[in-house]
Amino acid sequence: MAELKYDKTGRLLFTKEMKNEYTLLAPQMLPDHFAMVVEIVRSYGYKVEMLENTGRSVIDAGQKYVHNDACYPAILVIGQLISAIQSGKYDPHKVALVITQTGGGCRASNYIHLLRKALEKAGLAYVPVISLNLSGLEKNPGFQLTIGMLRKVVFALIYGDLLLCISNQVRPYELTPGATDAAVQECMDYLLREMAQGRGMSFKTMEANFDRITASFKAIPVSNEEKVKVGVVGEIYVKYAPLGNNGLCDFLLSEGAEPVVPGVIDFIIFKINNREVDVDIYGGKKVKERFCHWLQTYVMKYQHAMIDALKRSGFRAPGDFNELHSYIKGYLGDGNKMGEGWLLTAEMLELINTGIPNIVCTQPFGCLPNHIVGKGMIRKLKDDYPWSNIVAIDYDPGATKINQENRIKLMLANARALQKEQAEHKESEEKDPAAV
Amino acid sequence: MELRVGIDIGSTTVKVTVLDEQDQLLFRSYERHFSKTRERAAQTLRSIQDLLSGKQVHMVITGSAGLGVSKASGIDFVQEVYATAAAVNRFIPNTDAVIELGGEDAKIIFFGGALEERMNGSCAGGTGAFIDQMASLLNLTIDELDELSLKHEKIYPIASRCGVFAKSDIQPILNQGGRKEDVAASIFQAVVDQTVAGLTQGRELKGKIVFLGGPLHFLRGLRERFIDTLKLDGEHAVFPEDGDCFAAMGAALCSAEYPARPFEECLRLLEESVDAAGALDVMPPLFADQAEYDAFLSRHNASHPPEADLNSYSGDAWLGIDAGSTTTKMVLIDLQGGILYNYYHSNQGNPVSIVLEQLKEIYNHCGDRVTIKGAAVTGYGEDLIKNAFQCDLGLVETMAHYKAAAHFNPDVDFIIDIGGQDMKCFKIRNGAVDSIMLNEACSSGCGSFIETFAKALDYDIASFSKLGLFSPRPVNLGSRCTVFMNSSVKQAQKDGASVEDISAGLSISIVKNAVYKVIRAASADDLGKHIVVQGGTFLNDAVLRAFEQELGRDVVRPTIAGLMGAFGAALAARDLKLERSNLLSETALQSFLHNAKPATCGLCTNHCSLTVNQFDGGRRFISGNRCSRPLGKEKQQLPDLGLYKYQKLRTMEGKGSGTGVRGKIGIPFGLNMYENLPFWYEFFTRLNFEVVLSPESSRKLYLKGQHTIPSDTVCYPAKLLHGHVEALLEMGVDAIWYPCMSYNYDEGIGDNHYNCPVVAYYPELLAANIPQLKETRFLNPYVGLWRHKSFARRIAQIMAQEFSIPRHECFAAAKAAYAGYDSYVEDLRKTGREYITYARKNHLPILVQAGRPYHIDPEINHGINDLITGQGFVLITEDALSYLEGYESRKVLNQWTFQSRMYNAARYVCTQPDMQLIQLVSFGCGTDAITADEVRFILEQGGKLYTQLKIDDINNLGAVKIRIRSLMAAMEARNTGK
Repeated sequence: MAELKYDKTGRLLFTKEMKNEYTLLAPQMLPDHFAMVVEIVRSYGYKVEMLENTGRSVIDAGQKYVHNDACYPAILVIGQLISAIQSGKYDPHKVALVITQTGGGCRASNYIHLLRKALEKAGLAYVPVISLNLSGLEKNPGFQLTIGMLRKVVFALIYGDLLLCISNQVRPYELTPGATDAAVQECMDYLLREMAQGRGMSFKTMEANFDRITASFKAIPVSNEEKVKVGVVGEIYVKYAPLGNNGLCDFLLSEGAEPVVPGVIDFIIFKINNREVDVDIYGGKKVKERFCHWLQTYVMKYQHAMIDALKRSGFRAPGDFNELHSYIKGYLGDGNKMGEGWLLTAEMLELINTGIPNIVCTQPFGCLPNHIVGKGMIRKLKDDYPWSNIVAIDYDPGATKINQENRIKLMLANARALQKEQAEHKESEEKDPAAV
Repeated sequence: MELRVGIDIGSTTVKVTVLDEQDQLLFRSYERHFSKTRERAAQTLRSIQDLLSGKQVHMVITGSAGLGVSKASGIDFVQEVYATAAAVNRFIPNTDAVIELGGEDAKIIFFGGALEERMNGSCAGGTGAFIDQMASLLNLTIDELDELSLKHEKIYPIASRCGVFAKSDIQPILNQGGRKEDVAASIFQAVVDQTVAGLTQGRELKGKIVFLGGPLHFLRGLRERFIDTLKLDGEHAVFPEDGDCFAAMGAALCSAEYPARPFEECLRLLEESVDAAGALDVMPPLFADQAEYDAFLSRHNASHPPEADLNSYSGDAWLGIDAGSTTTKMVLIDLQGGILYNYYHSNQGNPVSIVLEQLKEIYNHCGDRVTIKGAAVTGYGEDLIKNAFQCDLGLVETMAHYKAAAHFNPDVDFIIDIGGQDMKCFKIRNGAVDSIMLNEACSSGCGSFIETFAKALDYDIASFSKLGLFSPRPVNLGSRCTVFMNSSVKQAQKDGASVEDISAGLSISIVKNAVYKVIRAASADDLGKHIVVQGGTFLNDAVLRAFEQELGRDVVRPTIAGLMGAFGAALAARDLKLERSNLLSETALQSFLHNAKPATCGLCTNHCSLTVNQFDGGRRFISGNRCSRPLGKEKQQLPDLGLYKYQKLRTMEGKGSGTGVRGKIGIPFGLNMYENLPFWYEFFTRLNFEVVLSPESSRKLYLKGQHTIPSDTVCYPAKLLHGHVEALLEMGVDAIWYPCMSYNYDEGIGDNHYNCPVVAYYPELLAANIPQLKETRFLNPYVGLWRHKSFARRIAQIMAQEFSIPRHECFAAAKAAYAGYDSYVEDLRKTGREYITYARKNHLPILVQAGRPYHIDPEINHGINDLITGQGFVLITEDALSYLEGYESRKVLNQWTFQSRMYNAARYVCTQPDMQLIQLVSFGCGTDAITADEVRFILEQGGKLYTQLKIDDINNLGAVKIRIRSLMAAMEARNTGK
């Protein structure tokens, strides 16, 4: 059995022996994206599992071991990890935990430390924790993010974004229930098979795969009824994780709306871009600035390929990172980078500007950056776009689904009235063009 | 056209309306549903069968609790705000805004242009339910409360965020003898402030305003507060006749868009859905059977004080009084602690008269046989009762409870007391009270919550809690504050939970709240081996059982669990070993007189709300004061570094060494400016600007900016900025300087040197939410101060662009600014050293107040510093000590400049025997969820006590006082122990 080794600050390390013996457990956030990432990590010789446990045991464990004033995502993520270890499904001495760490000024950078404190409280201090980050925090001899692996992860995230974007456009209209989910599964299986054989990782094959994916969704028979489109933005965890947002997308679907969820790759580019901006504002190494710039260009090349594929196939395509960035002039500075920073406001602006004024802005109760970039900007958005229809929803262990759904229903009622008004307006315009 | 029926199912009431073709109201009803929503609605419909039977009707359900009914029955649903807007559009055209208060919802709908609708967030809590709670706290009916409020003379500031906060504001006012008339009006004012602050979010309430919903329909006092606050005249404040059921009328209007059905079918759908239950989240039962319950009872009933009987007793006796927040407890004991007399009753907002009455009763029983040799008082009303009846001793509650617990179990190492209003837990280490945990204002859903809930469901408290004992499936209601619990209960009811299941669930919730939210324990071993529980709430067997189940171990509940504070006080009185007691004699009681008048102290900027109590014989007692000045004594000022810093910073305005020719530059005096002002002051005066500071913070300043606050859960220090900036606008400055700063100084003691997101980016929030800022030059560029050269280059660029200032001038000013800041820091540290020397020379204990730089603002800390120095401490701030320790890796990511200082200050305090540390935490501060545990860890490792003071816009220092006095008592015990 692998020996427990610590670094000089007393942090338990994930050693090379552990790589062979241990199973890595990762919390869930974006089901499809993460499933592919897990597959990639596996291909590098790790045993790894993405957790899918939900329900009260997760929240209970979170509340028991995490300071209850900490943000809801911390309570859920840590609750999910600890309740998995305590479930008896794994040998606690043969698991390690993986958690992401952004390294920004938001308290989310502290999740990993809260996790370690929680493990200690739960008597599991011997479970090593691995930080996944791009800031060079906390190195482990048994786990390395190699350039090759990172590259594949970026690929997986872009594939994931495409699937997310396209499936949301088809699912509300599918004539055969389940057809969209089946297509998602089929595409993922295909991509994973490809990846396992080392294929699908060049720009060329990626473009071909994109077309393959769009074609398989295009083939799904759909109705042509008009549905209200609702954008979903917010703190990254509650925005994406069904566990965090009480199954928001499913709820919107059941209410007859089409959810529009901006992808995760913009967030990655945003975090790269922040470093470049930092050097610009505060000084520092020019080399860093140039490297970040290069990296951003590299990732954006793939983003563009995805956008082009969507356009080619006639699906609605989001704008690229630069377009998003252009929206925030007059709202927030480039330096606003903690949490989702200016990106969150930019996503709302993009949605509004592309004909989707109905938005659910999700945040954990008391989320610090969202005071500013979420709730703090709604007033101005309303001033500038009087028809924008944004509802801010707080998530935490005590908030009940019924309250949240009631507020979303109000937004939907507004949205439908707006849609009707627009349709009538259009009609009268057509009847009497001179009156306009 | 068919008849249209609208059913509005709210959190507490069901409203049914029927409209005819001309939109005439044919029927309307407004009835409480006592959580039996579906039954109530069906019953009402059945009662109007004559009107509807055999007809095709359009029927739509609306309301916060209507969704579930709609889903279960298949009857269509419209969102209630949407329905209300429809009714207003139809019946009261040209309306500019609607304010609607319901049982638990508050809404504002803005008309004119695009329809804008606002509902209270999940934090803002109930309004009608809140008024209900407050009325039962005052032991009044809603109508009496309303009646009283119309006779108010003054308004007390009561926290307007949620019911729980307001409760802890009201209680001290009552306990200190405030008038009920004033309290009643203040409660309504709190509702008004909450609505205006929480929901307007930057949009002004003006024009014709329509007021809707039950509370606004029935309560004249509440109407009056709204009209006063919004300065409306009769024409612009509309209270429609059917304002209590507008949402139902709107639903009826909307129903035309949905298909019609025969009335009988609608009724059938509704009635048949009655038993449809959703998936309930349930927990194991409290007791499996009666035998288990009996064993439980006999185990607990074994802990009781010696038998005693007042009627046959003769000899000495000692009196203990616990003037608690909602109840008054009194105990008379003999030398062995046997209870001769006891009393436990709700104080009904007037503890003095209750104690008077009971004291007469006791004297009456005593006759000549029994002599009272000592009397002691504890609890919220300690000072008042002590002065009113001349008790021999007043002691802090924690000590009283410890004394009582130790009587039953000398080895006790953990005490938890859940009373009506508050929850206290503390560990006992080496015979002293150690690490006190009180429920912060946000989670004080204690005993009185069950009581209010029982009442709402039409039960008395005793039978309600008994119902839960044998519930087969207690429902999981979560462990957050009462407001959330209200919604959880609503949801559980929707899913078909019985009253039994809810009763058990509520008991379990209270326990979970205590264990995970207040104590923050991971296991029973975290608490202790010998746990004694007390307080009235633990007399509830369901709560006690839930507590044992949650901890997985047996605890001791003395039979007098509800009297432990009074019992402890009596024991303390006995231990005084007095020859004779000072307590008012039987004859003196005959002429006892008491009246209380409110007053505002004008002796300093704190403007404490005082209550002047006058008793017979010219005895006077003033409460509500922070310092001794209103008592006629000159304030004795011990060294206070927070005050020193504050005064020094306030001098940093004007032209300084420059000429001021470039104009006036305004700086809002808040958040990080408490750290960065010395820098900017030097920088701008060197550039020949005149620096204008915004006024000192005050409640008034806060209210000035309140209407532009977009997020009601952000911390109070941030909210104050809105007022500061608006004040600067009025002061006529040429520009306002408030830069965005992701980072602060790098002091080399952390892993990074960020500001928190709120401090970093609040300038951008202000720019987006305060419309008048567009009319001025609001400069909020991104700057960083830690790289001197990079900063100089960047600021030169900004200054050239904004004011055409030459580069070399800027470079020189930047250099001077760094020097100015350095000398400020040096002065602060030097003064800190002097204060420490002073303390040591005079043998005074030193208290380190650790928080953010802006916690020295008297409006933010509510004069806690005065309270601290008033108790005989010398006060030092964290930044005067943090430089004395170097970098050390922490168990958390130590990445914020201000927060890093607290870790270092805590480490230093551990090395100094005469220093203690208290941490100030602003409610809503996300980063302190992380720092609090870490500071506690550092202090406890160093053998120090951890004390945290959580502060908000609440002015209630009662809890703060308990902590500081307990800290002193613990320090004394430790010193004598040595």
